[in-house]
Amino acid sequence: MANILLDIKNERLSFFTPAGEVKALNDVTLSMKEGEVLGIVGESGSGKSVTAYSVMGLIAHPGRIIDGSIDFNGHRINDLDEKDMRKIRGNEVSIIFQDPMTSLNPVYTVGNQIYEAIRLHTGKTGKEARARAKELLELVGINEPEKRLKQYPHELSGGMRQRVMIAIALACEPKLLIADEPTTALDVTIQAQILELMMDLRKKIGMSIIMITHDLGIVANMCDKIAVMYAGRIVEYGTTEEIFYNPQHEYTKGLIRSVPKLFEKERGKLYHIEGSPVDLLNPPKGCPFAPRCENCMKICIKEMPPYTTVADDHYSACWLRQKEAFMKEKEAANE
Amino acid sequence: MSKLVEAIDIKQYFPVAGSGLLSKKVVKAVDGVSFFINRGETLGLVGESGCGKTTTGRTILRLNEPTGGRIIYDGKDITRVNMLPYRRKMQIVFQNPYASLNPRMTVGDIVGEPIDIYKLAASKKDRRDMIIGLLERVGLNSEHANRYPHEFSGGQRQRVGIARALAVNPEFIVCDEPISALDVSIQAQIINMFEELQESLGLTYLFIAHDLSVVKHISDRIGVMYLGKLVEIAEADELAFHSVHPYTRSLISAVPIADPKASRERKRIVLEGDVPSPVDPPSGCRFRTRCPYATELCANREPELQEVGSGHFAACHHIEKVK
Repeated sequence: MANILLDIKNERLSFFTPAGEVKALNDVTLSMKEGEVLGIVGESGSGKSVTAYSVMGLIAHPGRIIDGSIDFNGHRINDLDEKDMRKIRGNEVSIIFQDPMTSLNPVYTVGNQIYEAIRLHTGKTGKEARARAKELLELVGINEPEKRLKQYPHELSGGMRQRVMIAIALACEPKLLIADEPTTALDVTIQAQILELMMDLRKKIGMSIIMITHDLGIVANMCDKIAVMYAGRIVEYGTTEEIFYNPQHEYTKGLIRSVPKLFEKERGKLYHIEGSPVDLLNPPKGCPFAPRCENCMKICIKEMPPYTTVADDHYSACWLRQKEAFMKEKEAANE
Repeated sequence: MSKLVEAIDIKQYFPVAGSGLLSKKVVKAVDGVSFFINRGETLGLVGESGCGKTTTGRTILRLNEPTGGRIIYDGKDITRVNMLPYRRKMQIVFQNPYASLNPRMTVGDIVGEPIDIYKLAASKKDRRDMIIGLLERVGLNSEHANRYPHEFSGGQRQRVGIARALAVNPEFIVCDEPISALDVSIQAQIINMFEELQESLGLTYLFIAHDLSVVKHISDRIGVMYLGKLVEIAEADELAFHSVHPYTRSLISAVPIADPKASRERKRIVLEGDVPSPVDPPSGCRFRTRCPYATELCANREPELQEVGSGHFAACHHIEKVK
């Protein structure tokens, strides 16, 4: 049994904006074992990025963690001050962002930015740092590393920049790599290259990965476990197989059904979920998905659904599952 | 079936900033692309960024003046004519619904502007009724007419963009990545709306997108572009299941499939390297620098589109080998 690497319990996080409190995370509980690849899927504003940023201690004003705990690799993240956090950030957990152009500094060479990460985290300088930088670029599959080290970000293509970002993130062989939509800004053929590289590196270095994306195709291919988020809550969590072949939340079901299939001959109407995403300033009282749900019941509008365990490592927050579980119990009692 | 739109060898070159007087450099964004779209049909256009798919769409509407080639609309050559009467028939829906709506205009005025330009409304009341009718057609309602774009979500804004395009009763709409800025659950809504509108209004679409699954769903036929060239064109199913161009094949194999088993079992063709610069494209076949089948022939001679099946064309020297 692998160790628990990350354990988030009942995290609540809000952004206190002039317009009011935006409840970005509502009672998020999530744990992850060492060596796992966890996918977090959801729409914009569902809280998938914020969850990951809070693990990195990257929540900036006016955001604040109100409640709950985050344990990562033996540290209680939400109790650490910035100084201690810096020791963990980059060393034990790293992040790569969506847009590699805006996350690299345009006025420094690629080499400079990689040296900086190496120097800060390992104390290596001069020749040693340069050798390590070259090694890292080779690791992420960049040819002519000597030449690339002297180039500026604008001289590289999107795919190459993302490789550089990964190289920087891997400078200290972190235990956990958080990838926040790492391929959204890239073309499909380049996306395939980057995803393949990430899976390769995972094997080589043995790190865990949190993959944040809105693309169900990406998680289907890479992840062991999947957390589906909606309006700041994890509405369903399970193994990849369970989520795709036995989804137990109406939102997950709708999401899977609304993806057009490339290898399907039938050209019927595509399924779609009605309505628009939730307004986080005024979230509904009950289940946040209730206003868009086809099978909404009275209780769904009034009360937040608790989690129902469907199988080991598979739970969902839906009143329909509670109802089913209740009926089963009743049947058993009658017999 | 009759051809509604036809592009014959269209070319669109853009000058490169900073190139000298004597050595004028150009980007060949679209370099000799030919295709036709039948009335009531949807032609999908896919390719990676910089392949010229958007430019092709804009050139067809003469939003960019073509450098070469001819554009035929409903049997008439419109390459050099005054476009005003044709703009009523040919409309466009843009990619980014945040940038394509004027933030200072109400939604009613945005949708009403084309009505004003073509003086389609007899009275103020008539104009208002038309606007409300259009908004309802795209799933919005009369209340929305007095609001401003910032009060809407991305999906609703895209609906406004579509209502504006429909205001002049067009026959043909270029849909330029109309769903790529939207959330997954909203994408399906908009795709369905495009299909419903096509059915009820008999529209013809040129549907441009980089997401092959979406294009496959909505299109009757699909064209694949690479570095300003059309490399393969075929019926949607034919392209998805029996593509012959190595680029199309790698593109299809790179699309992530939302099915864990299928996605683990399938063979992937991961292309090496990046798309070369369109300022200085490779000689001969433009795909040869990344193609696993490339030979000397590919460097020396540019392959032309040849028919490989009924209505299925591909531009490759090694079709037999790829098969």
